[in-house]
Amino acid sequence: MCTTCGCGAGQTLIGGHALKQRKAGGQKMQYRTPDHSAHEHDHVHEHTHNSIDFGTGPAGAHAPGMTQARMVKIERDILSKNDSYANENRGYLAAHGIFALNLVSSPGSGKTTLLVKTIVALNNELKLAVIEGDQQTDNDAARIRATGASALQINTGKGCHLDAYMVGRAMEQMKLEDDSLLLIENVGNLVCPASFDLGEAHKVAILSVTEGEDKPLKYPDMFRASDLMLLNKCDLLPYLTFDANLAIENARRVNPNIQVIRISATSGEGMEEWLTWIKAGCQKAVAGRMGGA
Amino acid sequence: MHEMSLAEGIVQLVEDTVRADGCSKVKAVWLEIGQLAAVEKEALRFCFDAVTRDTVAEGARLEIIETPGQGWCMKCEGNVPVTALYEACPVCGSYQIQVTGGSEMRVKELEVE
Repeated sequence: MCTTCGCGAGQTLIGGHALKQRKAGGQKMQYRTPDHSAHEHDHVHEHTHNSIDFGTGPAGAHAPGMTQARMVKIERDILSKNDSYANENRGYLAAHGIFALNLVSSPGSGKTTLLVKTIVALNNELKLAVIEGDQQTDNDAARIRATGASALQINTGKGCHLDAYMVGRAMEQMKLEDDSLLLIENVGNLVCPASFDLGEAHKVAILSVTEGEDKPLKYPDMFRASDLMLLNKCDLLPYLTFDANLAIENARRVNPNIQVIRISATSGEGMEEWLTWIKAGCQKAVAGRMGGA
Repeated sequence: MHEMSLAEGIVQLVEDTVRADGCSKVKAVWLEIGQLAAVEKEALRFCFDAVTRDTVAEGARLEIIETPGQGWCMKCEGNVPVTALYEACPVCGSYQIQVTGGSEMRVKELEVE
């Protein structure tokens, strides 16, 4: 929609197809101004076109020196539209016993590799599906599909994050199975996805040891919004000066409640703990559906 | 640049309000943005101007009220000011702070005609 940076629905693709317009976003509205009121009607005009009627304002009158300007209270969150789509998604997921995770990180943290290993390890135990978010290309979804799992790619165009509307439409298209696991890999970006609730159970931040220990301090919003941090590529620690304890301490500075798992998709370190964490979440989602039914 | 999405969210709320209210012009939009809300105000202004083009809010003034960051320090058991998420409690130096205010992003009111 925006010609300046390209953000918005115009360039968003789900599985290669254009995202249909949002319910409320796309409509153009026609507004009447006092000197140009509805000209389309077919009764006889009693006013001339160049007249200015001061009585058409909301107050229905005009006092000299006073404009018709007034204040209208709104008091609504800017993200309330996104949040209402997120709540729809959350309701759907809960009703179907689906455990959804929103995986966030910077580009190159090893998210997709970790995801592939996770899927391979869980494929026989759990029904699972993946939503991939990237600005362009179908590469990541293709990597996931190579494992046999079902994956749908959302291309955000120039958009820097997934939002709840995109994920809702992707969920509709995928026809998720009951009592399954949904992994949503967000656009590689440690800033923007923090603010956008997708309806997931948890945000999981992935930080790799080839990045800086101070990343949680540099991008505090993301680590604040996440419930779990995976410290990835831990097999490389012997070759780096990266201080893992300091990185974890920094994450806890911005979010005292964040859980941390040291992991390596390559060596398999920490994988068991991560898989156990996922399975516990899935069991809880299934129990929630049974309880709610 | 999630400010572009935020600006679109603002325009949606403005359009909803205008539709319900029946007014013809939006002169100003008042926002309340918390200090800890991860919003770059100048970027938001830029995006607001871009996305309001050809809408009822075109040319509207954007007024931003910044609300201070606040937290509850678990060690001090008291309210403390928080200027950034990674900061320690200014009283005791602990990082065990629960943010209680300053993360809001709200459209407060509109000045319409």
